[in-house]
Amino acid sequence: MRSLLLTALIALPFLVSCTKKATGPRTEIVIGHFGSMTGSEATFGISTDEGIRLAIDEANAAGGINGKQVKLITMDDQGKAEEAASVVTRLIEQENVIALLGEVASSRSLAAAPIAQNKKIPMLTPSSTNPKVTEVGNFIFRACFIDPFQGTVMAKFATENLKVKKVAILRDVKSDYSVGLADFFIKKFVELGGEVVADVSYQSGDVDFKAQITQIKSKNPEALFIPGYYTEVGLIARQVREGGLQVPMLGGDGWDSPKLFEIGKAAVNGSYFSNHYSTESKDPAAIEFMSKFKAKYNKQPDGLSSVAYDATRMLLQAITSAPELTPQAVRDQLAQIKEFQGATGKISIDENRNAVKSAVVVQVKGTDNKFVTTVNP
Amino acid sequence: MEDFLQHFINGISLGSIYALIALGYTMVYGILQLINFAHSDVYMMGAFSSYYVASFFKISDRPGVVTLVTLLAASMLACALLGLMIERFAYRPLRKAPKLNILITAIGVSLFLQYTAQVVFGADPKVFPTVIEDSVLIQAGSVQLKSLDVAVFSVTIVMMLALNFLIYKTKLGKAMRAVSTNMTVAAMMGVNTDRIIAFTFVVGSSLAGVGSVLVGMKYPKIDPLMGMMIGLKAFVAAVLGGIGSIGGAVFGGILMGLSEQMVVGYISSTYRDAFAFGILIVILVFRPSGLLGKSRVEKV
Repeated sequence: MRSLLLTALIALPFLVSCTKKATGPRTEIVIGHFGSMTGSEATFGISTDEGIRLAIDEANAAGGINGKQVKLITMDDQGKAEEAASVVTRLIEQENVIALLGEVASSRSLAAAPIAQNKKIPMLTPSSTNPKVTEVGNFIFRACFIDPFQGTVMAKFATENLKVKKVAILRDVKSDYSVGLADFFIKKFVELGGEVVADVSYQSGDVDFKAQITQIKSKNPEALFIPGYYTEVGLIARQVREGGLQVPMLGGDGWDSPKLFEIGKAAVNGSYFSNHYSTESKDPAAIEFMSKFKAKYNKQPDGLSSVAYDATRMLLQAITSAPELTPQAVRDQLAQIKEFQGATGKISIDENRNAVKSAVVVQVKGTDNKFVTTVNP
Repeated sequence: MEDFLQHFINGISLGSIYALIALGYTMVYGILQLINFAHSDVYMMGAFSSYYVASFFKISDRPGVVTLVTLLAASMLACALLGLMIERFAYRPLRKAPKLNILITAIGVSLFLQYTAQVVFGADPKVFPTVIEDSVLIQAGSVQLKSLDVAVFSVTIVMMLALNFLIYKTKLGKAMRAVSTNMTVAAMMGVNTDRIIAFTFVVGSSLAGVGSVLVGMKYPKIDPLMGMMIGLKAFVAAVLGGIGSIGGAVFGGILMGLSEQMVVGYISSTYRDAFAFGILIVILVFRPSGLLGKSRVEKV
C-alpha cells in the first residue's frame, strides 16, 4: 500500500504534464496573461487579472470575435522574474497563445519580453512604465505612459503648482519602476531649477522607514517624492507624519488603490500623485468602466485594473481587425492603433510601440482621488 | 546628535520586536534542537486572527484597553492552537527520524501556511485595527519618544523575565530543561516528554501571538507573507545572541534592530541586510555558539 502511494506520488507530476496539450484547429482565440497571482506582489497580478477578465467576459457576452469565443489563460509567475520567463515560454509553446498580456512590474516584463520577441508573439504590457521594456523589439507594446513622462509631470507639478524648490526622494531600490521614476523626476526637477536635498532608499516589503525619515527630516525639504507602490507608501506616509514631517508628499501611478487610504489613513490625505485617470473623471468611458467593474467585483477599481481593461480591449480590437488569426497580423494591427477611446483616456501607439496618452495629477482625499490637473504629452 | 538619539530609540523599538519573535525560535531550539521555520507564519496567523476577531466584534476603529485585551487573547489563543497542531501532526510523527527530515518538514509547514493564507485571506494587504492611540511621551528638540516604543520594549523585557522564571524556577521548567538535556533519560525519570514538548510549542507560539499584535500596532499593514522577512531577522537575532538562550535572543534582537537603523540612517538601506548578516558571520567565526550561548562539548 505504502509503495503504491509512493509510486503514485512520484508519477503525479508526469501525469499532470501530459493532460493539457492543444490539439486540432482552434475554435477559440487564446490569450495568455502572466502575472503575480501569488507572492508578495500578488495584489498587482490579481487587480490586473480582474481588469482583463472584465474586458474578455464583455467581448464573449457580445458574441466573441468574429464568432469565436476568447479564452484567457492566466499563469502565475509568483512575482519572480525567472518564473515569468518560464511561464511565458509555456504559454507560447504549450498553449499556443496568439498574444500575451503582462506584466505590471517592469522587471518581470523585461524578463519575458525577449522570449515573446524571439517567438514572434505580440506582448502588450498594461502597466510597465519603464522605457526599456518596449525597446526589446517590435513585438513588444505597452498601453500606458512611460516613466520619463510621468517623472516630468510630477517635477513640473512640484515646481509650477506647489512652488517648491527643495525636495527629498525616497525610492524603492528593489524596483526598476521606482528607481527609473526617481531618476527622471530628479533630471527634470533640477533642470527647472530645483534642488534635491536628500535621496534615500528602502526595499519593497519593508515596514520600518523611521531611519530614512529621520535622515530626511534633518535636511528640511519642502516636499517629499515617493515613487513607490501603495503597499509600502501607506505605511511610509504614516511614519512621515508620526515623525513630525509635515511637507506635501508626491508619487506616481503605483499609489493608485483604495488600500492606500485604508493603510495610510489621514496621513495620506492631501498628497498628490500622477495617474492614468481620476475617479472623478467626467469621461463617459471612465464612468461606464467604473460602474461595470463595481457591478462585477463589488469594489472600486484601482489603477492597475483600469489600464489592464484598456490594454485588453486594445488587444481585442487588434485581433478583430486582423485579416487573419496569426500573431504577426495581430502585431501589425496593434502597431496601428490610433486615438483608441479607453477608460483611462485616448490612447495612440507611437512608432516606438509606446502609448501616447495624457496623465492626470490627483490629490488623495479619502478613498477618492480629487482631480487636480491634466498634463498632455 | 539629535539624529543619533532618534535612530537609537527607533533601533531599540524595532529590535524589541525582533527579540520577541526570536524568543519563540530560541525556546523550541532549546528543547528540540529544531529550527522551527513555521514560527514566523504562526506569527502571521496571529495577526490575521486578531484582524478577523476585531472585524467580527466591530472594534477595528475603537482603540482602548478592551480592544487590546481582546486582540491579545484572540491572537495568543489562535497561535497556541496552531502551534500545538503543527507539533502534533507535523513534528511528533518525525521525532525519531533524523534531524534533517524534521527541519525540511518545518520549511514545508512554513510554505504551506504562507500559501494557504494567500488563498484563504487573499493576497492583498489588510489594515490592522487601531489598538491604542500612539502619543508622544517625551519630546526633546526633534527627538521623540513614543508610547508604543516604550510599550513594545517593556512587553519584551517582561516576557523575557517571565520565561526565565518559568524555565529556572518552576517544576515545569525543570522538566523542560531535563528534556532539553536528554530526552530518553528524562522519559525514564517519569517526565512526560510529549506533553513537555507540546507545552513548549504552546508557550513559543503564544509569544508569536503577542508579537503579532505589537507589530500590528506599530506597522498596521498585514499580509500573508509578512512573517517571512521578520522571521528571518528574528532567527538571525536568535543565532547571534546564542540560540537556546533566552537573554541571548533579546540581546541579539536589539543588536539587530540597532544595527539596521544605524546602517539605514548613516550609510544606505541597500547595505542594511548585508550588514545584518555580515555581523552574524563575524560573530559566528569568533563565537560559534553566539554571544550569550553556552558552548557545548561534543560527547562521544
